Amino acid sequence: MNTLLELFTEFALLSFVAFGGATALLPELYRVVVENHRWMDATTFAHLYAIAQAAPGPNVLVVTLIGWQVAGLAGALTATVAMCLPMSVVVYLLFGHWDRFKGARWQRAIQLGVAPLAVGLIFSGATLVGQSAGLGWIGWGFVLAVAVFSTKTKFHPLWCIAAGAALGLAGVV
Amino acid sequence: MSGEQNKAPPAVTLAALFFGFSKIGLSGFGGVLPFARHYLVETSRWMTAEEFNQQLGLCQFLPGPNVVNLAVVVGRRYGGLAGAIMAAFGLLAGPVAIVLLLAMLYDAYGAMPEAQRMLRGIAAAGSGLLFAMAFRMAMAIKQKPFFLPFTLLVFIAIALLRWPLPAVMLAGIALAGAVAYGLLKKEEKEGKEKA
Repeated sequence: MNTLLELFTEFALLSFVAFGGATALLPELYRVVVENHRWMDATTFAHLYAIAQAAPGPNVLVVTLIGWQVAGLAGALTATVAMCLPMSVVVYLLFGHWDRFKGARWQRAIQLGVAPLAVGLIFSGATLVGQSAGLGWIGWGFVLAVAVFSTKTKFHPLWCIAAGAALGLAGVV
Repeated sequence: MSGEQNKAPPAVTLAALFFGFSKIGLSGFGGVLPFARHYLVETSRWMTAEEFNQQLGLCQFLPGPNVVNLAVVVGRRYGGLAGAIMAAFGLLAGPVAIVLLLAMLYDAYGAMPEAQRMLRGIAAAGSGLLFAMAFRMAMAIKQKPFFLPFTLLVFIAIALLRWPLPAVMLAGIALAGAVAYGLLKKEEKEGKEKA
Protein backbone atom coordinates (compact mmCIF):
# COMPACT_ATOMS: atom_id res chain seq x y z
CA MET A 1 0.00 0.00 0.00
CA ASN A 2 2.81 2.35 0.97
CA THR A 3 4.65 1.62 -2.25
CA LEU A 4 1.54 2.43 -4.29
CA LEU A 5 1.18 5.74 -2.51
CA GLU A 6 4.85 6.56 -3.10
CA LEU A 7 4.53 5.55 -6.72
CA PHE A 8 1.48 7.76 -7.12
CA THR A 9 3.00 10.86 -5.49
CA GLU A 10 6.34 10.54 -7.30
CA PHE A 11 4.76 10.15 -10.74
CA ALA A 12 2.00 12.70 -10.20
CA LEU A 13 4.61 15.28 -9.21
CA LEU A 14 6.73 14.40 -12.23
CA SER A 15 3.77 14.87 -14.57
CA PHE A 16 3.91 18.59 -13.79
CA VAL A 17 7.42 18.91 -15.21
CA ALA A 18 6.91 16.49 -18.12
CA PHE A 19 7.51 19.11 -20.79
CA GLY A 20 8.05 17.10 -23.93
CA GLY A 21 5.93 14.21 -22.67
CA ALA A 22 6.96 10.96 -21.04
CA THR A 23 9.97 10.58 -23.34
CA ALA A 24 11.60 13.69 -21.91
CA LEU A 25 10.95 12.27 -18.46
CA LEU A 26 13.02 9.11 -18.96
CA PRO A 27 16.16 10.32 -17.15
CA GLU A 28 14.17 11.43 -14.14
CA LEU A 29 12.16 8.20 -14.09
CA TYR A 30 15.50 6.40 -14.02
CA ARG A 31 16.77 8.56 -11.18
CA VAL A 32 13.63 8.08 -9.09
CA VAL A 33 13.03 4.41 -9.80
CA VAL A 34 16.56 2.98 -10.03
CA GLU A 35 18.75 5.35 -8.03
CA ASN A 36 16.49 6.73 -5.28
CA HIS A 37 13.98 3.98 -4.52
CA ARG A 38 15.99 1.05 -5.90
CA TRP A 39 12.75 -0.46 -7.15
CA MET A 40 14.67 -2.15 -10.00
CA ASP A 41 18.17 -2.36 -11.44
CA ALA A 42 19.44 -0.44 -14.47
CA THR A 43 19.20 -3.44 -16.79
CA THR A 44 15.55 -4.03 -15.97
CA PHE A 45 14.86 -0.34 -16.61
CA ALA A 46 16.44 -0.59 -20.06
CA HIS A 47 14.43 -3.76 -20.76
CA LEU A 48 11.17 -2.07 -19.81
CA TYR A 49 11.97 0.81 -22.13
CA ALA A 50 12.71 -1.72 -24.88
CA ILE A 51 9.34 -3.43 -24.33
CA ALA A 52 7.51 -0.09 -24.45
CA GLN A 53 9.30 0.75 -27.70
CA ALA A 54 8.28 -2.53 -29.29
CA ALA A 55 4.60 -2.18 -28.31
CA PRO A 56 2.01 0.04 -29.99
CA GLY A 57 0.64 3.03 -28.13
CA PRO A 58 1.52 6.41 -26.70
CA ASN A 59 4.97 6.99 -25.18
CA VAL A 60 3.52 7.14 -21.68
CA LEU A 61 3.30 3.32 -21.58
CA VAL A 62 6.85 3.00 -20.26
CA VAL A 63 5.39 4.38 -17.04
CA THR A 64 2.79 1.59 -17.00
CA LEU A 65 5.57 -1.00 -17.28
CA ILE A 66 7.60 0.60 -14.51
CA GLY A 67 4.50 0.54 -12.30
CA TRP A 68 4.00 -3.13 -13.11
CA GLN A 69 7.57 -3.97 -12.18
CA VAL A 70 7.25 -2.10 -8.88
CA ALA A 71 3.86 -3.31 -7.69
CA GLY A 72 2.12 -5.57 -10.21
CA LEU A 73 -1.23 -4.75 -11.77
CA ALA A 74 -2.14 -2.21 -9.08
CA GLY A 75 1.23 -0.56 -9.61
CA ALA A 76 0.77 -0.41 -13.38
CA LEU A 77 -2.62 1.27 -13.08
CA THR A 78 -1.48 3.59 -10.30
CA ALA A 79 1.57 4.75 -12.24
CA THR A 80 -0.41 5.34 -15.43
CA VAL A 81 -3.17 7.29 -13.70
CA ALA A 82 -0.64 9.32 -11.69
CA MET A 83 1.15 10.34 -14.87
CA CYS A 84 -1.98 11.13 -16.90
CA LEU A 85 -4.57 12.44 -14.47
CA PRO A 86 -3.14 15.73 -13.11
CA MET A 87 -2.56 17.35 -16.51
CA SER A 88 -5.79 15.88 -17.87
CA VAL A 89 -7.65 17.80 -15.17
CA VAL A 90 -5.69 20.98 -15.92
CA VAL A 91 -6.27 20.70 -19.65
CA TYR A 92 -9.96 19.96 -19.05
CA LEU A 93 -10.33 23.11 -16.99
CA LEU A 94 -8.27 25.25 -19.37
CA PHE A 95 -10.37 24.18 -22.35
CA GLY A 96 -11.87 27.29 -23.90
CA HIS A 97 -9.49 29.64 -22.07
CA TRP A 98 -6.48 28.86 -24.25
CA ASP A 99 -7.39 31.70 -26.64
CA ARG A 100 -6.95 34.19 -23.85
CA PHE A 101 -3.26 33.58 -23.32
CA LYS A 102 -2.27 31.93 -26.58
CA GLY A 103 0.15 34.17 -28.45
CA ALA A 104 0.89 36.38 -25.45
CA ARG A 105 4.57 37.20 -25.25
CA TRP A 106 5.12 35.27 -22.01
CA GLN A 107 3.33 32.22 -23.45
CA ARG A 108 5.49 32.22 -26.59
CA ALA A 109 8.60 32.85 -24.49
CA ILE A 110 7.94 29.77 -22.35
CA GLN A 111 7.21 27.66 -25.41
CA LEU A 112 10.43 28.79 -27.10
CA GLY A 113 12.40 28.35 -23.89
CA VAL A 114 11.11 24.86 -23.11
CA ALA A 115 12.07 23.36 -26.50
CA PRO A 116 15.89 23.35 -26.03
CA LEU A 117 15.43 21.96 -22.51
CA ALA A 118 13.30 19.09 -23.81
CA VAL A 119 15.98 18.34 -26.40
CA GLY A 120 18.57 18.15 -23.62
CA LEU A 121 16.33 15.78 -21.69
CA ILE A 122 15.87 13.46 -24.66
CA PHE A 123 19.63 13.41 -25.34
CA SER A 124 20.05 12.49 -21.65
CA GLY A 125 17.41 9.77 -21.89
CA ALA A 126 19.05 8.32 -24.99
CA THR A 127 22.40 8.19 -23.19
CA LEU A 128 20.93 6.63 -20.06
CA VAL A 129 19.02 3.94 -21.93
CA GLY A 130 22.18 2.97 -23.81
CA GLN A 131 24.24 2.97 -20.63
CA SER A 132 21.81 0.95 -18.57
CA ALA A 133 21.42 -1.61 -21.35
CA GLY A 134 25.10 -2.40 -20.75
CA LEU A 135 26.25 -1.92 -24.35
CA GLY A 136 29.77 -2.64 -25.53
CA TRP A 137 31.45 -0.65 -28.28
CA ILE A 138 29.65 -2.64 -30.99
CA GLY A 139 26.39 -1.87 -29.22
CA TRP A 140 27.16 1.85 -29.22
CA GLY A 141 28.12 1.57 -32.87
CA PHE A 142 24.68 0.15 -33.56
CA VAL A 143 23.10 3.01 -31.56
CA LEU A 144 24.96 5.49 -33.77
CA ALA A 145 23.96 3.60 -36.92
CA VAL A 146 20.28 3.65 -35.92
CA ALA A 147 20.48 7.36 -35.09
CA VAL A 148 21.99 8.20 -38.48
CA PHE A 149 19.71 5.81 -40.39
CA SER A 150 16.60 7.16 -38.71
CA THR A 151 17.67 10.76 -39.35
CA LYS A 152 18.58 10.24 -43.01
CA THR A 153 15.82 7.90 -44.17
CA LYS A 154 12.08 7.69 -43.80
CA PHE A 155 11.83 4.02 -42.92
CA HIS A 156 9.43 3.11 -40.14
CA PRO A 157 11.15 3.02 -36.71
CA LEU A 158 9.91 -0.55 -36.30
CA TRP A 159 12.57 -1.68 -38.79
CA CYS A 160 15.25 -0.39 -36.42
CA ILE A 161 13.55 -2.14 -33.50
CA ALA A 162 13.42 -5.38 -35.48
CA ALA A 163 17.07 -5.04 -36.48
CA GLY A 164 17.98 -4.45 -32.84
CA ALA A 165 16.03 -7.53 -31.75
CA ALA A 166 17.69 -9.69 -34.41
CA LEU A 167 21.22 -8.43 -33.76
CA GLY A 168 20.67 -8.77 -30.02
CA LEU A 169 19.39 -12.31 -30.34
CA ALA A 170 22.35 -13.19 -32.54
CA GLY A 171 24.62 -11.89 -29.80
CA VAL A 172 26.14 -9.16 -31.97
CA VAL A 173 24.95 -6.10 -30.06
CA MET B 1 -13.67 30.64 -42.53
CA SER B 2 -15.20 32.41 -39.52
CA GLY B 3 -18.58 30.88 -40.43
CA GLU B 4 -16.98 27.45 -40.11
CA GLN B 5 -15.90 28.14 -36.56
CA ASN B 6 -19.36 29.05 -35.34
CA LYS B 7 -20.82 25.86 -36.70
CA ALA B 8 -21.72 23.45 -33.91
CA PRO B 9 -19.40 20.43 -33.80
CA PRO B 10 -20.88 17.31 -35.41
CA ALA B 11 -22.61 14.91 -33.05
CA VAL B 12 -20.17 12.24 -31.89
CA THR B 13 -21.31 9.50 -29.55
CA LEU B 14 -19.36 8.36 -26.50
CA ALA B 15 -18.85 4.98 -28.13
CA ALA B 16 -17.42 6.67 -31.23
CA LEU B 17 -15.01 8.64 -29.04
CA PHE B 18 -13.93 5.47 -27.27
CA PHE B 19 -13.38 3.46 -30.43
CA GLY B 20 -11.90 6.36 -32.37
CA PHE B 21 -9.25 6.95 -29.76
CA SER B 22 -8.68 3.21 -29.36
CA LYS B 23 -7.80 3.15 -33.02
CA ILE B 24 -5.44 6.09 -32.58
CA GLY B 25 -3.82 4.51 -29.53
CA LEU B 26 -3.17 1.19 -31.23
CA SER B 27 -1.99 2.57 -34.55
CA GLY B 28 1.40 4.00 -33.67
CA PHE B 29 4.69 2.77 -32.29
CA GLY B 30 6.74 5.13 -30.19
CA GLY B 31 4.22 7.95 -30.25
CA VAL B 32 0.82 8.24 -31.88
CA LEU B 33 0.46 11.98 -32.50
CA PRO B 34 0.71 11.79 -36.32
CA PHE B 35 -2.00 9.13 -36.30
CA ALA B 36 -4.17 11.30 -34.09
CA ARG B 37 -3.97 14.10 -36.64
CA HIS B 38 -4.76 11.77 -39.51
CA TYR B 39 -7.73 10.18 -37.77
CA LEU B 40 -9.27 13.33 -36.30
CA VAL B 41 -8.82 15.58 -39.33
CA GLU B 42 -8.99 13.26 -42.33
CA THR B 43 -10.67 9.98 -41.41
CA SER B 44 -13.36 11.00 -38.94
CA ARG B 45 -13.40 14.74 -39.82
CA TRP B 46 -14.22 15.58 -36.21
CA MET B 47 -12.10 18.69 -36.51
CA THR B 48 -10.54 20.84 -39.21
CA ALA B 49 -6.76 21.00 -39.52
CA GLU B 50 -6.87 24.48 -37.99
CA GLU B 51 -8.91 23.33 -35.01
CA PHE B 52 -6.53 20.44 -34.53
CA ASN B 53 -3.48 22.71 -34.50
CA GLN B 54 -5.23 25.07 -32.14
CA GLN B 55 -6.03 22.33 -29.61
CA LEU B 56 -2.67 20.66 -30.04
CA GLY B 57 -1.04 23.99 -29.20
CA LEU B 58 -2.51 23.87 -25.72
CA CYS B 59 -1.68 20.19 -25.25
CA GLN B 60 1.93 20.70 -26.29
CA PHE B 61 2.28 23.82 -24.23
CA LEU B 62 1.29 22.00 -21.05
CA PRO B 63 3.48 19.28 -19.56
CA GLY B 64 2.29 15.68 -19.42
CA PRO B 65 1.54 13.11 -22.10
CA ASN B 66 0.44 15.28 -25.04
CA VAL B 67 -1.77 12.69 -26.71
CA VAL B 68 -3.65 11.98 -23.50
CA ASN B 69 -4.21 15.71 -23.09
CA LEU B 70 -5.44 15.85 -26.67
CA ALA B 71 -7.90 13.02 -26.03
CA VAL B 72 -9.26 14.92 -23.02
CA VAL B 73 -9.70 18.12 -25.04
CA VAL B 74 -11.39 16.42 -28.00
CA GLY B 75 -13.50 14.22 -25.73
CA ARG B 76 -14.69 17.20 -23.73
CA ARG B 77 -15.63 19.09 -26.87
CA TYR B 78 -17.98 16.35 -28.05
CA GLY B 79 -19.13 14.72 -24.85
CA GLY B 80 -18.30 16.87 -21.82
CA LEU B 81 -16.81 15.11 -18.84
CA ALA B 82 -18.01 11.68 -19.94
CA GLY B 83 -16.54 12.30 -23.39
CA ALA B 84 -13.18 13.30 -21.96
CA ILE B 85 -13.05 10.18 -19.82
CA MET B 86 -14.14 7.88 -22.66
CA ALA B 87 -11.63 9.34 -25.11
CA ALA B 88 -8.70 9.11 -22.69
CA PHE B 89 -9.80 5.64 -21.59
CA GLY B 90 -10.13 4.52 -25.21
CA LEU B 91 -6.68 5.84 -26.04
CA LEU B 92 -5.02 3.98 -23.18
CA ALA B 93 -7.05 0.80 -22.57
CA GLY B 94 -5.84 -1.21 -25.59
CA PRO B 95 -2.15 -0.28 -25.41
CA VAL B 96 -2.09 -0.76 -21.61
CA ALA B 97 -3.60 -4.25 -22.01
CA ILE B 98 -0.98 -5.17 -24.63
CA VAL B 99 1.89 -3.80 -22.60
CA LEU B 100 0.68 -5.69 -19.50
CA LEU B 101 0.61 -8.90 -21.50
CA LEU B 102 4.18 -8.24 -22.56
CA ALA B 103 5.05 -7.49 -18.94
CA MET B 104 3.72 -10.90 -17.93
CA LEU B 105 5.80 -12.53 -20.66
CA TYR B 106 8.80 -10.59 -19.36
CA ASP B 107 8.16 -11.83 -15.84
CA ALA B 108 7.93 -15.40 -17.10
CA TYR B 109 10.73 -15.48 -19.66
CA GLY B 110 12.73 -12.27 -19.11
CA ALA B 111 15.52 -14.07 -17.27
CA MET B 112 16.29 -16.31 -20.27
CA PRO B 113 19.57 -15.31 -21.94
CA GLU B 114 17.88 -15.10 -25.36
CA ALA B 115 15.28 -12.66 -24.03
CA GLN B 116 17.98 -10.62 -22.29
CA ARG B 117 20.02 -10.37 -25.48
CA MET B 118 17.03 -9.47 -27.60
CA LEU B 119 15.88 -6.76 -25.18
CA ARG B 120 19.39 -5.33 -25.04
CA GLY B 121 19.34 -5.07 -28.83
CA ILE B 122 15.93 -3.38 -28.80
CA ALA B 123 17.08 -0.99 -26.07
CA ALA B 124 20.08 -0.10 -28.24
CA ALA B 125 17.76 0.60 -31.17
CA GLY B 126 15.50 2.61 -28.86
CA SER B 127 18.48 4.64 -27.69
CA GLY B 128 19.43 5.35 -31.31
CA LEU B 129 15.88 6.41 -32.13
CA LEU B 130 15.93 8.76 -29.14
CA PHE B 131 19.20 10.32 -30.33
CA ALA B 132 17.65 10.82 -33.76
CA MET B 133 14.54 12.40 -32.26
CA ALA B 134 16.62 14.75 -30.10
CA PHE B 135 18.75 15.67 -33.12
CA ARG B 136 15.67 16.43 -35.26
CA MET B 137 14.18 18.55 -32.49
CA ALA B 138 17.46 20.42 -32.04
CA MET B 139 17.61 21.18 -35.77
CA ALA B 140 14.06 22.55 -35.66
CA ILE B 141 15.01 25.16 -33.05
CA LYS B 142 15.39 28.65 -34.43
CA GLN B 143 18.05 31.04 -33.17
CA LYS B 144 20.30 28.13 -32.22
CA PRO B 145 23.18 30.22 -30.82
CA PHE B 146 20.83 31.50 -28.13
CA PHE B 147 19.05 28.27 -27.29
CA LEU B 148 21.32 25.30 -27.92
CA PRO B 149 23.59 26.21 -24.97
CA PHE B 150 20.57 25.43 -22.78
CA THR B 151 20.36 21.99 -24.36
CA LEU B 152 23.99 21.40 -23.42
CA LEU B 153 23.46 22.67 -19.86
CA VAL B 154 20.44 20.40 -19.35
CA PHE B 155 22.44 17.44 -20.66
CA ILE B 156 25.28 18.17 -18.23
CA ALA B 157 22.93 18.70 -15.28
CA ILE B 158 20.75 15.66 -15.96
CA ALA B 159 22.87 13.03 -17.70
CA LEU B 160 26.25 13.77 -16.11
CA LEU B 161 25.62 15.42 -12.74
CA ARG B 162 22.33 13.52 -12.20
CA TRP B 163 20.59 16.53 -10.67
CA PRO B 164 16.84 16.26 -9.95
CA LEU B 165 14.79 17.21 -12.99
CA PRO B 166 12.14 19.46 -11.38
CA ALA B 167 14.76 21.94 -10.13
CA VAL B 168 16.67 21.86 -13.42
CA MET B 169 13.49 22.40 -15.44
CA LEU B 170 12.24 25.28 -13.31
CA ALA B 171 15.60 27.06 -13.45
CA GLY B 172 15.87 26.27 -17.16
CA ILE B 173 12.41 27.62 -17.96
CA ALA B 174 13.17 30.80 -16.02
CA LEU B 175 16.49 31.37 -17.82
CA ALA B 176 15.64 30.16 -21.33
CA GLY B 177 12.21 31.79 -21.04
CA ALA B 178 13.84 35.10 -20.12
CA VAL B 179 16.16 34.87 -23.13
CA ALA B 180 13.20 34.05 -25.39
CA TYR B 181 11.20 36.90 -23.89
CA GLY B 182 14.02 39.34 -24.62
CA LEU B 183 14.37 38.07 -28.19
CA LEU B 184 10.63 38.34 -28.83
CA LYS B 185 10.56 41.85 -27.44
CA LYS B 186 13.44 42.88 -29.68
CA GLU B 187 11.78 41.25 -32.71
CA GLU B 188 8.51 43.06 -32.10
CA LYS B 189 10.33 46.37 -31.69
CA GLU B 190 12.24 45.88 -34.92
CA GLY B 191 9.02 44.83 -36.64
CA LYS B 192 7.37 48.04 -35.56
CA GLU B 193 10.31 50.18 -36.68
CA LYS B 194 10.19 48.62 -40.13
CA ALA B 195 6.46 49.31 -40.39
